[in-house]
Amino acid sequence: MSDSLGENSPTLTTSPEGPSAVGGGARTAPSPARRPRRGSGPDWRKRLEITILAGPAILVFLTFVIFPVLMAAYYGFYKWKGFGRPTNFVGLHNYVVIFQDPTFHQALMHNGFIVVLSLIIQGPAAVALALLLNQKMRGRSIIRVLIFVPYVISEVIVGTGWSLMLQTVGAVNSVLEKIGLIHHPIDWLSNPKLAIWSLMLVISWKYIGFAVILFLAGLQSIPEELFEAASIDGASYWQTQRRITLPLLGPTIRIWAFLSIIGSMQLFDLVYIIWGQYVSSTAGTSTMATYMVTNGRNAGNYGFGNAVAVVLFVISLIVALIYQRFVLRRDTEGALTEGKK
Amino acid sequence: MATTTLQAPGRIARTRKADSVGWGSPLTYFIAFVFVAICIGPVIYIIIGGFRTNAQITTDPSGFPTHWQVNNYLEVLRSSIFWRQVSNSVITAVFTTLGVVVLGVMASYVIARYQFKGRGAMYSLFAAGLMFPMTVAITPLYIMIKSLGLMNTLAGIILPQIAFALPTTVIILVPFLRAIPKEIEEAASIDGASRLGFFFRMVVPLSVPGVVTTGILAFIASWNSYMLPLFLMNNETSYTLPLGVQAFASQYAVDTARVLAFTSLSMIPALIFFSLFERRIVGGLTGAVKG
Repeated sequence: MSDSLGENSPTLTTSPEGPSAVGGGARTAPSPARRPRRGSGPDWRKRLEITILAGPAILVFLTFVIFPVLMAAYYGFYKWKGFGRPTNFVGLHNYVVIFQDPTFHQALMHNGFIVVLSLIIQGPAAVALALLLNQKMRGRSIIRVLIFVPYVISEVIVGTGWSLMLQTVGAVNSVLEKIGLIHHPIDWLSNPKLAIWSLMLVISWKYIGFAVILFLAGLQSIPEELFEAASIDGASYWQTQRRITLPLLGPTIRIWAFLSIIGSMQLFDLVYIIWGQYVSSTAGTSTMATYMVTNGRNAGNYGFGNAVAVVLFVISLIVALIYQRFVLRRDTEGALTEGKK
Repeated sequence: MATTTLQAPGRIARTRKADSVGWGSPLTYFIAFVFVAICIGPVIYIIIGGFRTNAQITTDPSGFPTHWQVNNYLEVLRSSIFWRQVSNSVITAVFTTLGVVVLGVMASYVIARYQFKGRGAMYSLFAAGLMFPMTVAITPLYIMIKSLGLMNTLAGIILPQIAFALPTTVIILVPFLRAIPKEIEEAASIDGASRLGFFFRMVVPLSVPGVVTTGILAFIASWNSYMLPLFLMNNETSYTLPLGVQAFASQYAVDTARVLAFTSLSMIPALIFFSLFERRIVGGLTGAVKG
């Protein structure tokens, strides 16, 4: 019933039928008997229409997304300064250099650290906040707007603003001194032990609103009846959250975690803006992407930069695949245990 | 945060039936208020900081302005480079949005409503695009744009931005276009409209809400875009605002108040745009993620 409703009304609810429905084309297949005009229409005409309509998008997409990615893989085998055609084929040399470079190891470790800490910090906090904000309370819509602000303003503004505030003579130290938490200014940005935590602070601040909004949307799609049934059965608030809300929020949480992991792997803007191209590795905040830009384009070694891009891509892809496998397994397990009850 | 969720259960268990009323506790509002304050505090700090003098900022970095200075803002507003960068950002964002919307609607229409071999492949192609971030393609893109002679031109940023925004657009629009009732298409066909006629007369008007959502997402992504202009723009007159902010911040590093004023002014358009279309942006993002 709900399916047919979704079919017939042009609402904004993007139901997750997109990819699956592409495969199951039979449902929307035009029956020739009912549509004589279309069915008997010449095939070349349909092809022409498809070419005219989809052609430009595919052309732009192939030219500016797929082709450069393939070229990155190609350039990665060359020692190349970016002028003329690459001629100095070095095989896997660039890759050997990358994997033997301690600076890259550090960057990779930082990425891993950011991936894990983003999940640990933002996940539970965002779930708690979403549960809190999901109640009937005044000003809920304005709250939703305000917590989304950090996500909407650009990385450059966030980076510039926070790097000013986190200076030793900046606002953060000043506030902490005023309320008596610290007596000497803290070096948030260049102390290698602290800098990555400062980065985590900025990352959490910028992206937690997105997680909360996402979880709120997930919570609102849980049918009210389930909570009513639970309360009739005498479930406590905490039981309801554990047995109903969290499992049903599971898919949303897992998708958020996926986006968060990918984002952390590719992190570039905030680090590059706050720490610049040189300081990030000494401050202990460099990432694979800042390593790529510093040692590739900024150093004029374009072949090497492309090899780093390929490594970055492959590592992200492996993480993504492992995660999807893991999630798939978890999801089927969840379905099985639920079926038993 | 953990404390509320821990304290709440007892009370709820007692007043189970009336939980919608019982939950409006002051503690909830307090925590919500603290969270909101943390989220917008730094933004307000940047805006207010622009109204102070450097001397004030140095003596008390976290204080309020003793008297409100509008000079920092006026100086930025009077500088031609600021307006140059604003117009660069506007032109880039507008043309990116237009390109994404036009190309996206056409391609999504084909995927949503035509039956042909390779339709699934076409969808997969765009969906796979989500796995290719700008970071991976940026160096070859830079070389390509350079050899096309598009360095320091807005077109050089617009084209790749359109391409990288297409996957999300297609993924949002395909289910949307598929949801247009078949009866409308049949009626149009009986009235003698061709499939293309149906597209222009029915699909385009009916898909406006979905198009607005994807358009806004593309606009904001373009407005905030940093990495691509960083690689492709190397003179200040062709900078977009994010690069402009960064250049300004390093150029006037000692003039903190002016940097804060410049930063505030450059985020105001995005904030206005966001508050106008907040519902659509949030709906579009969550929809895109769920779809």
